[in-house]
Amino acid sequence: MSNGLMIEVANLTKRYAGHTAVSDISFSVGRGEIVGLLGPNGAGKSTTMRILSAFMPATSGTVRVGGYDVFRESTEVRRRIGFMPENNPLHLDMRVREYLKFRARLKGLGWRRSRERVDVVMQQCGLTDVSRKIIGQLSKGYKQRVGLADALVHEPELIILDEPTIGLDPHQIRSVRQLIKSLAGSHTVLISTHILPEAEMTCNRMLIMYQGKVLASDTPENLQRFMSSNSQVIAEIAAPEAELIECWMQIPEIEQFDVSAAEGEFYRCALTPREGIDIRPQVFAIVQERGWFLRELTRSRHSLEDIYVHVTRADEEEEA
Amino acid sequence: MQAYLTLVRRELGGFFFSLTGYVIIAAAAFLIGLSFVVLLINLGNDPTPMPVTELFYMTQFFWLILILAVPVITMRLFALEKFTGTYETLMTTPVNDFQVVAAKFTASVIFYMVMWLPLLGCIFLIRHFTQGAAPLDPGVIGATFVGIFLLGCMFLSLGCFASALTKSQVTAAMISLVLSVGVFMLSFLTKGVSGTSWQAKLLAFFALPDQMHDFVRGVVDTRPMILCLSVSALFLFLTLRVIESRRWK
Repeated sequence: MSNGLMIEVANLTKRYAGHTAVSDISFSVGRGEIVGLLGPNGAGKSTTMRILSAFMPATSGTVRVGGYDVFRESTEVRRRIGFMPENNPLHLDMRVREYLKFRARLKGLGWRRSRERVDVVMQQCGLTDVSRKIIGQLSKGYKQRVGLADALVHEPELIILDEPTIGLDPHQIRSVRQLIKSLAGSHTVLISTHILPEAEMTCNRMLIMYQGKVLASDTPENLQRFMSSNSQVIAEIAAPEAELIECWMQIPEIEQFDVSAAEGEFYRCALTPREGIDIRPQVFAIVQERGWFLRELTRSRHSLEDIYVHVTRADEEEEA
Repeated sequence: MQAYLTLVRRELGGFFFSLTGYVIIAAAAFLIGLSFVVLLINLGNDPTPMPVTELFYMTQFFWLILILAVPVITMRLFALEKFTGTYETLMTTPVNDFQVVAAKFTASVIFYMVMWLPLLGCIFLIRHFTQGAAPLDPGVIGATFVGIFLLGCMFLSLGCFASALTKSQVTAAMISLVLSVGVFMLSFLTKGVSGTSWQAKLLAFFALPDQMHDFVRGVVDTRPMILCLSVSALFLFLTLRVIESRRWK
């Protein structure tokens, strides 16, 4: 591929009888990126993924994966993707190894190659211990790993995972995330989730979807910065209240402040700086200079939760 | 080809690794056995010129087994995959729709033929207990199995089509049952029309009981062959269209 893009989506719309699941979205994903598709339930994430994996066609718009059109060259596209659908459907009556072998053969791997690859992905996904167990008898975490192993078995260029960590316990979630992160560089990964910290931890870039539209597309850090432009700094200082107020008034970088009593002799100062300035070093220097006691100095970090609410609410207001 | 064979193996695995397959085989074996009990009681001590296979066919158990077993065999083919969601994982691999339909149909035909094996056992048992007095012509037995195979293909293709339509196995079985009984009943319409009209001639082509009667007597006619194969082809084509229809929606 000349332009280095793995996924190119242009003006994609998908209408079901009566309602529009995805409306006129465009985005692209470069090779080796891990991109999170983020949105509440019903935002159109699964629909987008199903179209990308050539399971169903778009109503209008074009989608290209690795340079191939998902509708006209669907076999070529399907050869290049590993797709794990929502709820991770598996043949529950098969054994783990047998299932992976079956999938590998189905995806066109030769006899020996499929055996090798099955061994590799079982190792990669920590399935070696349960290779002879029947899938239906495995715990949810293991089933999820079987689904992941299936998506990886033919070394696809693009891996599409629809809510890969749903219903797992925290320990299992961590191992799945680590696995996804380890795929970066060699594979392009598109994962969907409605859990924000997950996307924050695993993805290089996030696409926020809401009611069938892409509202924002950026790195988690940039979205953070966008939101933290006027985030507060909280400092708990033991000093006379009047002195504190006077001191904050003199600093021009502070736009607003609020001083309230905390336990003991401490006062809790909530300082709002002017745009984009980090005033924490300055605050620390003042405290040191005046011989006050400082026990906390933090910048209230906006979680993606806030970004999410912020972005989606803005859109709702617009509509209203 | 590789995908096709892999899928056939998987489908057969689905029958034989689960209890359903064995329940179907056991039920068919029971009914076949029962039909031979009936056959032997009816036979009494009078000698008969009819071959064993024809005697078996005369007990009418054949149609009961065929019409009951086919919906149960075929109902899971597509409906179960759609229900559990594995249909989505299947259709996002680089297999084409034709391979999927062909593999599922082939597996159901193989399973169906395995289900009929007890009949062969019963025939040999009869031979054993009559000390070889019952004439056993391999040609007649072969023709019987050709008939079983051809009618099986036709009814299984109806079942395939029914299963592709829905994600509920029960609905699939009901549709398949209605289609099978409908096709079977066509032959009884002959009685309603006069013997020489073109309608009667047309319906005579669909007189499945008469055609099967020929097979069990060892007569392999090309007309029922063409009928069964063309109906199978038609319904497999319709199945393929149903599978492809997800791309039109």
